[in-house]
Amino acid sequence: MLVLPLIVVFVFSFGERGPAGGYAPAFSFDNFLNLGARWAAFKNTMVLAPIGTLACLLIAYPLAYFLAVRASPKWQTMLLILVIVPFWTSILIRSYAWIFLLGGKGLPSLIAAMGLGHIQLINTPFAVLVGIVYGYLPLMVFPIYVSLERLDKRLLEAASDLGAPPMNTFLTVTLPLSMPGVATGCMLVFILLMGEFLIPAMLGGGKVFFVGNALVDLFVQSRNWAFGSAVAVALVLVMLITVTAYMRFTRRWAGGRDDISLM
Amino acid sequence: MVGQNDPIAELRSASKHYGAVIAADNVSLTIRRGEFLSFLGPSGCGKTTALRMLAGFEVPTSGDVLLDGQRVNELPAYRRPINMVFQHYALFPHLSVFDNIAYGLRQQRPRLEKAAIAQAVDKALDTVRLPDYGARRIHEMSGGQQQRVALARAIVNEPKLLLLDEPMAALDKKLRRDMQIELQTLQRKLGITFVLVTHDQEEALSMSDRICVMQGGKIVQIGSPRDLYDRPNTRYVADFVGKTNFFHGVVTAAGAICHIEIAGQARSAAAPKALVVGQAASLCLRPEQISLHHAPSPENRAGVPVTISARIFLGEHTEYLVQNADLGAFLVLVPRQAEAVEGAFEPGQKAQASWQDGAGLILGNT
Repeated sequence: MLVLPLIVVFVFSFGERGPAGGYAPAFSFDNFLNLGARWAAFKNTMVLAPIGTLACLLIAYPLAYFLAVRASPKWQTMLLILVIVPFWTSILIRSYAWIFLLGGKGLPSLIAAMGLGHIQLINTPFAVLVGIVYGYLPLMVFPIYVSLERLDKRLLEAASDLGAPPMNTFLTVTLPLSMPGVATGCMLVFILLMGEFLIPAMLGGGKVFFVGNALVDLFVQSRNWAFGSAVAVALVLVMLITVTAYMRFTRRWAGGRDDISLM
Repeated sequence: MVGQNDPIAELRSASKHYGAVIAADNVSLTIRRGEFLSFLGPSGCGKTTALRMLAGFEVPTSGDVLLDGQRVNELPAYRRPINMVFQHYALFPHLSVFDNIAYGLRQQRPRLEKAAIAQAVDKALDTVRLPDYGARRIHEMSGGQQQRVALARAIVNEPKLLLLDEPMAALDKKLRRDMQIELQTLQRKLGITFVLVTHDQEEALSMSDRICVMQGGKIVQIGSPRDLYDRPNTRYVADFVGKTNFFHGVVTAAGAICHIEIAGQARSAAAPKALVVGQAASLCLRPEQISLHHAPSPENRAGVPVTISARIFLGEHTEYLVQNADLGAFLVLVPRQAEAVEGAFEPGQKAQASWQDGAGLILGNT
């Protein structure tokens, strides 16, 4: 049941567009050779997905660290709820809010009013990045939070006892032991970003589009299912490669440790 | 080898409050260079807090912590030449045995040379009898081996003070016994001052030069194991260190030798702490100070008739739980030899329990 749709997509990818759209049986590699036509979408995805993941990580790690290590238990619950609350409304509605915020009447007008000149925010890669970080932050915060929360605090005392100043303790104990959480968060965000289409569609305004947008376009607008399938298969392949790299990475970090579970 | 008047560390009226909870209350104690000192007491008695103040994990609410004559209250743990063996070892799971032990050396500034670190780590591994274990990962080691790694990780830094927080709590009895002997030998060999925290009186008695008994955040008595066993100054210490029978009575004449009336019988014994006439007190007798006979007890001995309730065979000696109408139930320890002379006693049998006139101690009930 799980792989059936995938098989269908795989078979479709060797076919051709039906006369009235959809799919017509055939066997050729034309679709794959034609992938270059969607190069811009692949390029955008392959650039913005890693950058978005990194941006999420850079913001999420300090946040998760604060939540897990510094915050008092009362604040911990409060802040955790605050991190989840945005998930309670649809990403669509939240993206509209960002369209307003980054649009001409939002932040840019505020900046202009302060006399800092006119800048374009909406429909730029930056706007897409903001949307990505906003939408995916919780997915990054939670795995890191869990790994930091589970970290045996006595290890930090042990490091201090052995002469490590706080920064060294962080670099040699906290950071390495939270790497599985970092890897899980990155993978989660990265995989989902590869298939993202809503945020680029709304905040990128058709100028910054992802493979996801190309798929929507091919399947829904041009009804070229065969070519769409080929694009999808290519995307799956790219993901497969990254996931494999991820598995290698975590396995090396975990090193057969029993205190760390993989995704 | 213990410098009597050579203090290495000191707690001066040190107190630690957590809100309304007083974990350590006015603790004053001098630790001598090269000695093996134990903090002994049940959980929550303040022994761990005292240790953590020495380590630098807790700043005393009032009072001072001194190290080599210097006040170090606010000096963070990473700046103190003190190392600790943690209760559950707190070994770094992501590092090999070698890297765990080298951790402290690698923190030193100026940096040590790689070869020097490797040499020191190998030596430490030899000391704890784990040569060639350097490449192992922590989870591949047994509990006893992990404990040795924790010990090596601490001693490799040649600390002025080695703190041990219930280091043997997680080991089984046989292993614990071996480790106690090993720790003691190691301490003599290295000449490092050891401070042990334990709730196990046997452990404290067998390893320490001095024991500091704590109760409710306060120090109750400090002394050599023999002092504490022979001359406990409170009922609490007598009860906690070794086994003791308490016979309750009322003081009739106070003094260095105190007279006490127990169930209408006058008894006397030494009183280490001054008592007042009319005070509730107990005659404390160790099980080995009492002997059992089939015949009435000989001259110069106080005796009471008893009924044997239970016999506990312990190999080199036998413990009898006996019952007397006035004194209640108490323990008598009969060595193998005495049993050979007197013959064994069966539960239900009548016998005579006796002790040397003036034996034991009289201690106040509070």
